[in-house]
Formats: sequence, C-alpha cells, structure tokens
Amino acid sequence: MIPSAFDYHAPASIPEAIALLSRFGESAKVISGGQSLLPLLKLRLGTAEHLVDIGRIAGLEYVREEGGSLRIGGRTRESVLERSEIVQTRFPILLDTARVIADPLVRNRATVGGNLAHGDPANDHPATMLALRATVVAQGPNGERTIPIDRFFTGLFATALAADEILTEIRIPVPPNRSGGAYMKLERKVGDYATAAAAAQVTLDGAGNFSQVGLALTNAGPVPTRASAAEDVLRGKRADEANIAEAARRAAKAASPTADRRGSVEYKREMARVLAVRALKKAVERAGGR
Amino acid sequence: MSEPRTSPEVCGMGHSMKRKEDPRFIRGKGNYVDDIQLPGMLHMDIVRSPFAHAKIKSIDASKALKIPGVLAVITGETLAKYNLHWMPTLMSDTQMVLPTEKVMYQAQEVAAVIATDRYVAADGVEAVEVDYEPLPVVVDPVKALAPDAPVLRTDKKDKKDNRIFHWQAGDRAATDKAFAESDVVVKQDMYIPRIHVASIETCGCVADFDRVSGKLTVYMTTQAPHAVRTVFALVAGHVGLSEEKIRIISPDIGGGFGGKVPVYPGYVIAVAASVVIGKPVKWVEDRMENLQADSFARDYHIHAELAAKKDGTMTALRIKTLADHGYTDAAANPSKFPAGLFSICTGSYALKHAFAEVDGVYTNKPPGGIAYRCSFRVTEAVHCIERITDVLAQELKMDPAELRLKNFIPPEKFPWKSALGWEYDSGNYPAALRKAMEIVGYEALRKEQAEKRARGELMGIGISSFTEIVGAGPSKQFDILGLKMFDSCELRIHPTGKALARFGTKSQGQGHETTYAQIIAEELGIPAAQVQVEEGDTDTAPYGLGTYASRSTPTAGAAGSLAARKVREKAKKIAAHLLECSADDLEWEPGKFSVKGSPSRSKTIQEIALAAYTNHPQGMEAGLEAVSYYDPPNLTFPFGSYIAVVDIDRGTGQVKVRRFVAVDDCGNIINPMIVDGQIHGGLAMGLAPALLEEISYDDEGNITGGSFMDYLLPTAVETPSWETAKTVTPSPHHPFGAKGVGESATVGAPPAIANAVVDALAHVGVRHVEIPITPEKVWRLLKENGLAE
Amino acid sequence: MSRHDIQLTVNGASHRVQVESRLLLVHLLRENLRLTGTHIGCDTTHCGACTVLLDGEPVKSCTVLAVQAEGSQITTVEGLEQDGKLHPVQQAFWDKHGLQCGYCTPGMMMTGCALLARDKNPSEAQIREAISGNLCRCTGYSNIVKAIQSAAEQLRQQ
Repeated sequence: MIPSAFDYHAPASIPEAIALLSRFGESAKVISGGQSLLPLLKLRLGTAEHLVDIGRIAGLEYVREEGGSLRIGGRTRESVLERSEIVQTRFPILLDTARVIADPLVRNRATVGGNLAHGDPANDHPATMLALRATVVAQGPNGERTIPIDRFFTGLFATALAADEILTEIRIPVPPNRSGGAYMKLERKVGDYATAAAAAQVTLDGAGNFSQVGLALTNAGPVPTRASAAEDVLRGKRADEANIAEAARRAAKAASPTADRRGSVEYKREMARVLAVRALKKAVERAGGR
Repeated sequence: MSEPRTSPEVCGMGHSMKRKEDPRFIRGKGNYVDDIQLPGMLHMDIVRSPFAHAKIKSIDASKALKIPGVLAVITGETLAKYNLHWMPTLMSDTQMVLPTEKVMYQAQEVAAVIATDRYVAADGVEAVEVDYEPLPVVVDPVKALAPDAPVLRTDKKDKKDNRIFHWQAGDRAATDKAFAESDVVVKQDMYIPRIHVASIETCGCVADFDRVSGKLTVYMTTQAPHAVRTVFALVAGHVGLSEEKIRIISPDIGGGFGGKVPVYPGYVIAVAASVVIGKPVKWVEDRMENLQADSFARDYHIHAELAAKKDGTMTALRIKTLADHGYTDAAANPSKFPAGLFSICTGSYALKHAFAEVDGVYTNKPPGGIAYRCSFRVTEAVHCIERITDVLAQELKMDPAELRLKNFIPPEKFPWKSALGWEYDSGNYPAALRKAMEIVGYEALRKEQAEKRARGELMGIGISSFTEIVGAGPSKQFDILGLKMFDSCELRIHPTGKALARFGTKSQGQGHETTYAQIIAEELGIPAAQVQVEEGDTDTAPYGLGTYASRSTPTAGAAGSLAARKVREKAKKIAAHLLECSADDLEWEPGKFSVKGSPSRSKTIQEIALAAYTNHPQGMEAGLEAVSYYDPPNLTFPFGSYIAVVDIDRGTGQVKVRRFVAVDDCGNIINPMIVDGQIHGGLAMGLAPALLEEISYDDEGNITGGSFMDYLLPTAVETPSWETAKTVTPSPHHPFGAKGVGESATVGAPPAIANAVVDALAHVGVRHVEIPITPEKVWRLLKENGLAE
Repeated sequence: MSRHDIQLTVNGASHRVQVESRLLLVHLLRENLRLTGTHIGCDTTHCGACTVLLDGEPVKSCTVLAVQAEGSQITTVEGLEQDGKLHPVQQAFWDKHGLQCGYCTPGMMMTGCALLARDKNPSEAQIREAISGNLCRCTGYSNIVKAIQSAAEQLRQQ
C-alpha cells in the first residue's frame, strides 16, 4: 500500500523532462497518469528512485485532425478521448477501446501515451493502435522521431522508447471512405484486463472486398502483436462470414496467451478467435458492409 | 402485509423509517477504526510469511530498527515471554499469535513493526529479514487424510494425523434402509470453494493501554465486543489484564458479514505492544492482508445423495462432506456445532430420513470457515439440497418447480420436526414459490426457453426454495466458548419521555439505530426518532454475543421488545396511580393508557415518564427502566423462493443474469426499506460466489485470488436490478413474530443461479456445474455438447 | 527531491503542506488534513472508496500522489454540504436507503455528483457504468442507482 521513498520531479517543459531522464537514466521512470505505475510502486513490485512527472508540461493533451492524421497528445486522458467528438463520430474503434480500459475513475487519470509506453500486452490501446497502423512520436535529447507501431513494442514491458525519451504524440492515419473499426474485449468484470480482445480496422472496396485490414489481439502473448497471417488471408477477399472465420482461426492459431485465472491457453485462444470474428464483423458493418 | 399499528410520527414496526444513522455517514463523519487518532499513537505493520509451511530459522530486525521512527519489532519470542504467543480460537482449538517455531500458511503473521507513522512502519516491514526453511506443504484436504501425510499440528502432543473432528446428524441405518428401498437415487459431488467476504473496510484496531489506570481500551472492528473482552481477560489475565479494566469499543464498522468476528493475531499483538510501550498502537490491515490471512468461508467438498419414489416424492438424503479448515479450527461456530448448522440440509422438504456427516481437516491455509454471511454453514447446506433437488428433477424429467411443490413441508404441518432434529417454527413454502413464479412469469419464460432452444439460443431458469436457520440461540444447545447465546437490551426512559436503549449486538450496516428504535416505538408509543440506540461499547452496553448469523432481530430485538414491555408494566402502575384507578381498569394503545370506557381519562407515556421521577407511587422505586436478557426458546426459520433467469453467450460462455426475482419471508417486518436493502446486498453476495469469487492455492500453498486483481467483487454492471417481494409468516415464538433476514439472500441466491445455468444446458444432458461458474466452465460444457459458437 | 511544499485547495479552503514525494493524496486528506470521510478499501486501485473530485473529475485518491495534486481543487465528501444544506446527492442517498455501513458511500456520492454535473438525465445503464469503479458489499447497488436517479430528478427541478 505504501511505496518506497523516491524523489519526485515535475518539469515544466519537454526539454527539462528529457534532461532529467538523461541525468537519472535507468533509475528514473516517467509518470503520466500514474494508473499503471503507482499501483506497481505501492505494492513495491517496481522501484524508481526518481519519478519524472510529465503532467505539468503544457500542450500534451489534445485530440485533433491534422495533415491527414488523427493526432492524440501523449498525455491525453482516456476520459478525454472518450468524450472527443472526432473520436465518437469518426474513430469508434478508439471509443470502444477507451471505454473498456479499467473503470471510469481510472480513466480520468490514465493516459493514452501511458497505456502504450507501459509496454504491457494486457493493455488495450496497443492492439487498437496496431490495427490502425498508428505511428508513435517520441522526443529525446536528439530531437523528435517517429516510430511505426509495428516497431514500438519490443518485449514484455519493453518498448522502443529510450530511457531518455518521452512519448509525445500518437498519429493515426485518417482512414479512407468505407472504413470501419471495432474493439471487442472479453473481461471477467468491469475493470479487469482482457481474457481476450481483438481490434479490427478495415477498408472495403466498391465490390465489398477487403482492401485494407488491420487485426491485432490483446493479452495474447508477451508482446502486443499484429495478426498478420489473418490480415493476409483477408486482403483482397470478400468481406463475408467464411473469410472472416478463416482469418479469425489463423489469428487465434498464432496467439500465445498464458494460462492464468482468466482462462486456460485453450480457452483464451478460442476466445481470441471468437472476438476476432466479432470485431471484424462489427468493423465491416461500420465500414458500410453487411 | 398489514398496515402499521403506529402513526408515522411514532414510526413503529412496518414503517420504512429513514435511517437515523445516515446523517453522519452521508457527511463523511462516520467514526471507523482508521479514523481514530489518539495523542502519541503509534502504527503497527506486520511481516508475513511468503511460505505456506516453513520453519523459522531466524528473524533479524536489526536493519528495521535502524530506520528512524521504528521503535520496536515484536516476534513470537517476545510474546512467548508472556505466554501470549498462542491463543485459543473460538472453537477451543489453538492458534498462533506469532510463531516461535514454524509458520503454517502463506501470509501468516511472523513479526510486527511498531513505528511512529504508517509509512515508516511499511519500510520497517520491508527491512525485517526472516530466514525460512520450507517444509512439505499440504493443501489438498483428501491428501491431508492420507496415512503418509505430514502431520501439520506438531504443536499438539500425541496428534498423529490432520483430522480435526467428525460430526454427524441423523439416523444412518434408517437412512441407508430408505435409500435401499427407493425407486430413484441421484448422486452429486459438489465443491463449494473457499471465498472471502471482503467488506470494503478491512480489519483493524487501536489498542490504548493506560499505564496509570491499568485500563486497556481497544477500538476494534468487531461484531462481538463483549465476547472479545471476555476472551482477552481469560487469555491475558495472567499478564494483568482484568475484565473490569478492559473496554472494547466497536465504533462504526464498514461491513462485517462474519469477517469481523474472529480475534485476529493483529489485534492481540497491538494490545501487547500498547501494554509494553504504554502508548496507543494502531493496526489496520491492507486489502491483500485481509484476503490472504483473515477468516475465509466455505471450502466444503460435498458428496450428496437424494432418494425418491418414482412419482417424485423425496424419501431420504445422505451427505458426506470434507471440510477444509486451514491450519486450525477457528471457525466461529457455536461450540457444539463444528459443522455449524449444516444439518438444515434437509431444506424445505418433508424428508423423513436423512443422515449428514462432516469431517474437518487441517491444511496449510489460513483458518476460518464461516466468515461470509452464511448463518453458520447454511449456505453450504442450502446449495447442496437445492442443487441436488434439481438433479433429481432432471432425472425424473419433472419441472423443478413441480418437484418442489410436491415435496415442500405442508404449511399446516408447522412446527415441523426435521429428520435432523430441528423444529422449524413456521413456514409457507408453496406460497413463496408460487408468488415468485407469478412475478417472474414462469410459464411464459418456459415458452420463451423452448422457442429460443429451437433457434439455438440458450437461456435458463433456476429456482432456489431455501429455508434458513438463524437467531442462535437457545441456551440448551448454543454457546461460544461457553458463553451462552442470549442477547440483551437495557432500556431507560428519561423524565421528558425520551428513551435510551442499549443492546448487546453490534450493527455493521444493518441499521439497528433505526430498527431497534422502531421496536421500542412499537411497544411504548415513544416516537422512534426519540429513542437513542447505542451498541458496541462494552463499558455501557449490556452483555451480548454480537451481530452475525442474522441473530440480532431474533435475539436482541426480542430483548428490546421485552424490556419495553417490562417498562410498560411499570408504566401501567404509575398510570393507575396518576389516574387514581386500578391497573386492571386500564387499556393500552400505542403511547397511552386510558381508563376502559372513559377514554378521556388517560395518561401518555410521556406524562408517565415524568411522573416516574416526580410523582412515583409510594412503595415503588422511582425511575422507568428495564433490562432484558433474552434466551430464545428456538431458532427462527426465514425462508424464500428465488428465481434466476440467465442468458448464455454461446461464443464466450459468459452468463448474464437477466432477471432475479426474490420472494422472502422473514416473518413480521420492522422496516420494509431496510429489509429490502439487506436482501439486495445479500443477493449481490450470492451472485458473487456463483459467478466470480474463488480463492485457491497451488501445490506449494501459494494463494491465487489474493488481491482485488483476481478476487472479483461484482460491480453495479455485473449485478441486475433485483426484484423483491415478500410473504409474511410470523414466527410463533418470537415476541413480535420476526425472524431475521440479513443472510437469507446470500444463502438462497447461489443455487438459483447454478440451477439456471444447468437448466440452460439441461436439454443436452448437462446436470451440474461447479461454482464459481466462470465463462470457461460454461464454454467447456458448450464445446462438449456441440453448442459452442 | 524527496520532500515538497505544496498548495492545494480542499473544499474551498487553501492548504500549504510539506509532504514526502511518496505521500498518497488519500493519506494527505485523511491524516494531514484530518478529513476522514474519504476511505481506503484496497491496495490495487479497485474499490473506489477513496474517490474525490480533483478539478471536478472523480479520481481514486489512493492512486494520485499528493504532489501531483499541487495547485488543484479537491472536493471531498465533507465539501458537499453547503451552509448547513445537504447536497441533493446526499439527501437522495438518505431518502432512498442508498447506504448501509456507509464505508463506500462518500466515494459513491462523489462519483454520483460528477456524473450528474455532466449528465442531467442518465439512464440506469449509464449510472451503473459510471459507478462501476466503486465497489459496495452491503447494498447490492439497486438503491444506490435509485438514489442517483432521485438526485438527478431533484437537480433537474432546481
């Protein structure tokens, strides 16, 4: 319940934050919403000698469309994402995702950037961002760089962010017409991590075939992963039940969930399949398909 | 339900009086243990064992003691100097306060750090170094009984196995004979897993020993403050704690449900620390400690058999149970009932023959057994009989409602002597079930089910018709550590006609400040708003055994009405004196005595109260007060019928409770709104074990489900909108015909849900599912039967 | 730095306190400011008994550092009553028997207040979702939902 002692820093700007991270290296952790980090510190499962709070840095919370992308500031709280009109009307997959992260109170503090930067395959945004083919923007001592989402998650609780980098923005390409996305999560109760979850983002062509597919699973392995074999099966094919079923089968086959109280490996794999079907169907429906 | 006899101003029985305790809670001005801050108060935190069974080779507190603010580290060795390292349990077994040789469950208390504030105490706990030598762990109760199993209780001389007790009830031979002669026999194994009640407030205390006066005051999360005081006096008498100098104060309690009955080691260590240091010591456990070390409930491995004629008449019941008690028997059962009131397992049915046996066994787990709103093992008994009744219905291809109606104890046969020796006071089971069926629309639901089945959709309807047994209890049979289970009320009427009523029970949310006032109001006509109710301070409250097992209304509530009647008797004599007539000429209506035939000649209770102090009759003592210690002549038997409607997702196995109808009968009702609140809460605590909650251990005795991450309490999203209704069948022996209701819903709900899920799959031959009914369990059944999406 | 001087406004009153970096907001409120109406019920950010309003939003104060609340406006249950008048949410919890032991109640009410500030007429499903981060063991939630519905009606009439 009580964390070990640490030093706390609240830089007012990104350069200041980066300087602190450079100075303290591995003994420092960034705190954003704190809804993943503080619980760990309270149980003394993780330690940090220095917390660098990026919460005082202005201009990191926004949801706006610019230059063909939806741009989400790294410190955008989940509740803000949920209430954003752009998200509600044009990116329902993000609304689906935000709404099932933890509970409404946690979402008033938890941030999208934190949800990705924590590198936890059990978090919900990673799969959605994979499906959306998002790009992560990071700032470090050498300036700003972009990291494609497929290169962002490198291991269990590990991302491509360097110790002295801050995730400042997430960019999502605005999908073309006849696109739709959905996130479906199976949880034991509100507030739980996913027993299984699937994010699907699709674009249909005039003939009702998949022209673009993004499919990813949550909590289906040590790293958030794209279900590429499933995507390959669908690209160019008709958006019908048989193809969706086959894709979902492949996605589940490639998943490697761990057994825990949420379920056995067999059950979790099956649920990945069931949810992949449901997410794809919903995405197709939202894209204007059946 | 009949109209209240008193006006809304007086607000006696039957009124949904708004609660008198609420003004402080809605303002955040409750006084819970962790709110208490005393001058010079220190904080205690506990070092706990990561091992389920291990020798303690050494405890090194040197690093901890170097931390500024850490004042002391208490170990078993410290307490052994005062012979306080072991203490009795409420079942007359023994348990460690702090170990000197070995630990016997994961999260067991090993040492306590005393510090100036809780943050420093937490750092101190981190810094204590304990060297353990792991020992073989026994977690499987069946394996615990194997001849080559390690003997866990090496502290008991001559103990050669892990058995605790064998208990049985009924006539085995006659039951076996009835089985042999029956047309149909169904058998079912059921495991009722270990769960934890997890009140939102955890356990804790502030122990304050005053060196000058020698008085120990302990603010404690306890449901039974007097019993605790006496236990402390007996256990620590040899170190100078004397009962008249011990004061236990149970302030506001954030939920009890049985979890705040046991005397936890933390309390005793805090008391010892305060006595030794001479300052107040606060100990409040965190949630993981609460889940991992405090008293659990259930953990019954049941084998049940039910025999019947082919027309569905039940003839005999036979049950064998293995009870996993953890490392010591610390279940707070009445002493003659090591398996609690499990013998209520004949349920609502007119079974002529029954035999039940329970064997308790030690394992390397925390002790406990009944701390979850279960009325002393009644949840287990009811789950068993209601589940096997549905198994029988399925075997006979009978509708489960029809089978129950056929076998209910007929209303005209009460009081009913059950095959296992209980005398059920009153009941009308068919009325409750029929009402539930009407409210839920049973026929229409069966039609809907058939239509949905044809389309491949799965829905189920589950019934539970339970009989509860509460109000422990008559002194002939009931005691805890020898203390009889009466309860008490001390009632005092002031000169201005207001009242003070103190009771030996202790509310943890049940609304006694309101309901007890309504009882007094009913008997005396003093407005309930003017009756001050107090509980929980052993210096002022009359002796009682506390609040758990739904006993308050049956025992203390009765004492309240009887004390009020004694007051009324004296009031009558004072009224006769004031009216200059004979007491026999007076008649009573709520609030006043008047002369028969001359209603204008009357005296109100307020006028009488004033006279008791200003104009009392010569030869009579002044004042207007009475005490009642009520020894109930019998237990009471609330009952009900619940019907759950569930829908099953064929893809995921998720069970959604679409509707839940609860018809309860708790006899005469004091406050309908409060009764409904009790039922709603109990239903949520019935749904939780049915679908979500379980504490389990791996082979090394490591707990899973030891935090809210994995021990799943339902939120407002997992619970439906409860539909409640009542029938009223008063208890013939209770002073105002009430029975108690606090635990009925926790008892009745789980089998309704389990029966509903099985019912949804009965058409493919599924006949049982174990709780908690997780989506995966359902999915496996779907898969096995070709129903998975 | 491991100690900080912070200023925060709680129930309209400004406070300056020196705190350890690791001090949780809930402990600041309960221990330093002696506002014990906000409660602690767990250690894994699940139960919501510690819910307060931070700049108007309901948050779990056990998962906020006191230093993170520097400069914020905090409302606790003690701040609901104004000039001796109960907030409609408080009155409604009382009227509708929305509490039993009272321990989860402050957190529930703060969440309820925040919901009604944002949505004047929430449906039952929306209420249940809004309080899904607040656990209760006593009430089975039905009357809490009714209390929030009743408060909504009162507020709509104001």
